[in-house]
Amino acid sequence: MLNMTPKEIFERKALRINPAKTCQPIGALYASLGIHNCLPHSHGSQGCCAYHRSHLTRHYKEPIMASTSSFTEGSSVFGGGANLRQALKTIFQVYDPEIVAVHTTCLSETIGDDLPSLIKKAREDGIIPEGKFVIHTNTPSYVGSHVTGFSNMTAAMVKYFAKKNGASKDTINVVPGYVEPSDMREIKRLVGQMGIKYILFPDTSDVLDSPQRARFSMYPKGGVKIEDLKDTGSSKITLSLGKFASEGAATLLDQMCEVPYKVLDLPIGIAATDRFIEALIEVTGKEPPESITDERGRVVDIMTDMLQYFHGKKVAVFGDPDQVISMTEFLVHLGMKPVHIVTGTPGKYFERRIKEIVKGVVDNPNVKAFGDLFLLHQWIKNEPVDLLIGNTYGKYIARAEDIPFVRFGFPILDRIGHSYFPTVGYRGAMRLLEKMLDALLDRQDRDAPDSKFELVM
Amino acid sequence: MNGVVLKERTGQVYEKGAGPFKLQCNLDSLPGAVSQRACVFCGSRVVLYPITDALHLIHGPIGCAVYTWDIRGALSSDRELHRFSFSTDLREKDVIFGGEKKLEAALLELIERYNPEAAFVYSTCIVGIIGDDIGAVCKRVSKKTGIKCIPVQSEGFKGNKRAGYEAACRALINLIGDGDIEGISPFSVNILGDFNLAGEIWIIKDYYRRMGIEVVSTITGDGRVKDISRAHGAKLNVVQCSGATLALAKMMKEKYGIPYIRVSYFGVDDMADALYRVADFFKDRQIMENTKALINDELNKLYPALKEFRRELAGKRAAIYVGGAFKAFSLIKAFRLLGMKVVLVGSQTGTKEDYEELEAITDPGTIIVDDSNPLELSEFLKEKKVDIFVGGVKERPIAYKLGIGFCDHNHERKEALEGFIGMYNFAKEVYSTVMSPVWRFVPRKEG
Ligand code: SF4
Ligand code: SF4
Repeated sequence: MLNMTPKEIFERKALRINPAKTCQPIGALYASLGIHNCLPHSHGSQGCCAYHRSHLTRHYKEPIMASTSSFTEGSSVFGGGANLRQALKTIFQVYDPEIVAVHTTCLSETIGDDLPSLIKKAREDGIIPEGKFVIHTNTPSYVGSHVTGFSNMTAAMVKYFAKKNGASKDTINVVPGYVEPSDMREIKRLVGQMGIKYILFPDTSDVLDSPQRARFSMYPKGGVKIEDLKDTGSSKITLSLGKFASEGAATLLDQMCEVPYKVLDLPIGIAATDRFIEALIEVTGKEPPESITDERGRVVDIMTDMLQYFHGKKVAVFGDPDQVISMTEFLVHLGMKPVHIVTGTPGKYFERRIKEIVKGVVDNPNVKAFGDLFLLHQWIKNEPVDLLIGNTYGKYIARAEDIPFVRFGFPILDRIGHSYFPTVGYRGAMRLLEKMLDALLDRQDRDAPDSKFELVM
Repeated sequence: MNGVVLKERTGQVYEKGAGPFKLQCNLDSLPGAVSQRACVFCGSRVVLYPITDALHLIHGPIGCAVYTWDIRGALSSDRELHRFSFSTDLREKDVIFGGEKKLEAALLELIERYNPEAAFVYSTCIVGIIGDDIGAVCKRVSKKTGIKCIPVQSEGFKGNKRAGYEAACRALINLIGDGDIEGISPFSVNILGDFNLAGEIWIIKDYYRRMGIEVVSTITGDGRVKDISRAHGAKLNVVQCSGATLALAKMMKEKYGIPYIRVSYFGVDDMADALYRVADFFKDRQIMENTKALINDELNKLYPALKEFRRELAGKRAAIYVGGAFKAFSLIKAFRLLGMKVVLVGSQTGTKEDYEELEAITDPGTIIVDDSNPLELSEFLKEKKVDIFVGGVKERPIAYKLGIGFCDHNHERKEALEGFIGMYNFAKEVYSTVMSPVWRFVPRKEG
């Protein structure tokens, strides 16, 4: 029997059951893959790296490259300096990346390896060849979550490269947040269609959705170029999408190079996408082309066609905070009632923001940052919902409670194709609408007795 | 072939026929390599995970628990406790002040909630560093609750996956010996080293039943603590595959005098051989007759079906890169049975003896590798013009990027590949992959 969650809710202090988050390095690894010609490097024992690669492989169905310092018992006593030096030698000799992005693991954090000095020494000793780069970030997993890791590595890109070099005053920086390659592609398309010059970082499109070419390439063609990362310091403004994953890089750019910034929600759903487009208009003075207005119009059209099916339905949502915030708002705009909302990532802002969004729609919402799926399941047992939205792990709850389920977020381990379709922008909104309605109506069809089984719905 | 092999790794790659055979193995991976290898914790988690009525609590930061949360299809015939993810989710504060209190509280709480038959507590790297004494906590909680709590000393950095298998075996031996062994048949075995992926253990158990042999416990696929506690009452341990539970079989031999044999349930010859060797062991006419009848029966069904596949697959080329080398032996034979040629074979954790055996049974020109990396593998696959690649999670997309078919023979298989029916499933899977029209759309392969 898979349903082993009791209904009554009890205080748990020491225990996490069925987590709704994972550890920092995997987020850092994912962000690193969004730099052109970059090999992510995990400074710790090989197990973590193997897990992070497997997990990302299961989600993206793409080869995930990353090297490891392969700590042994010795390194955990004497420090991992020697391992890192050997690793850098091997990496540049054999895999020849342009840049190595190092993140730590719990182990190297706990023994306290000082990465900046190790990297500096390696540079002085000629281990890092001329014209090649090594950057790093600290990602202890006993702090934050995979989203924090993503944010930290994105900030490291700024820290190592951003310069006020007078490059291009009318370029804007866009930090897309922890989203799919297809989402990054969609954000670029929208900004591009508005005729705006931009630097998007990180950018995993064309890295983790690369086409079949009958060859294996360590470094597929995508990823933000180092030249562009340098120029971010001279951009006009930074738009950071998603507070949790993207604010860190923006504030750092502001501190270092005085590039002002705006933090927006991830453009998921219609209102958040509107705000994104409005922000683009505001900071560049450019108007969206008709094609974008048409897209928006089509979303509204679909919403009107569907509204009666969505209205008043109760929903539970979980996942990464930035995604969940925007999704919750979208649900509210569809007339639905998001009653249980959980993210595994810690952060008080999440609870505040969600409560603000559902105010006047749901009286006493259950909202928790730093929660887990066990708690979410308990909430659902106490107040059932009509729809569950979240990553693959939600399938246990969906099955136990027999709830229609829409897969959304990271990771999705049991379906294929999700990383090719965006959930951001107006196109993303259309796709989400279709998925949600299909889930609800498939369920209605399945449950209907013959007498109520209809052809036209 | 040496173009892509790291200088430091040349000792771990060998092309059969090119000079005398010598292969280094069981080395630590070279720092900086994109290794496919995992850690001690991973090894022990994999082995113990399918014990379905035990609690599996991971003492460490969250990632270690998440990445091992129900990722293998080790099926259970009733309880499902093993499929939940329990973690102490260590935070900064715990790392500084120690996590023993938190662990104890978590363990007590879970035992009260779920009343498991036993509890395994896994230590991860960080626990090794901060020095929490999980053994002491387990002892205290066992005393308080009467539930056997077993520490699994699986700090990741202390070695590779193989070391994890041994840590798991050391944990398992604690479970054995408590149960009542009255009434166990003189013709009885334990099944070791099978994880019931895609329900495979149910196939094998059925064979034993038809032979007239009692299966006392299955360790660890579809495993139950009560059965395992009676394992010392069986007359023979049958260890499947190379690595995982061999150490346990050795411990049981020493402690309880139970002999063991190593078998493989993959492929026709090895499957038949496994059953005959078990029958031989018991020296009983009836059992031998049952075994012969069973095997004849199965082969009569299987061969005509295989012939069809063989006609089209003959001459196609296969590459194998798997966790344990023992599985590779069976795979080589299975491909031969389909008329296919194995041109590359490698493993993550093979031992010296394993590789010697591989060298003995492969054709000249076959590449043999230990602990390989994606760059090497992809070069070899191209060079050897492979039609199908057999491997694990991380190898699948590499094969697809090259425009080559793939078969998962590791944790993620969805079809049972053991037993006679498993050979049929395997042939069917290889066939449907290799012959798929999809490959016609792959851009023309270069060079
Ligand atoms: S921290 Fe250690 S135990 Fe956990 S996955 Fe990494 S290597 Fe394995
Ligand atoms: S040890 Fe830390 S970094 Fe490694 S998998 Fe576990 S949580 Fe993640």
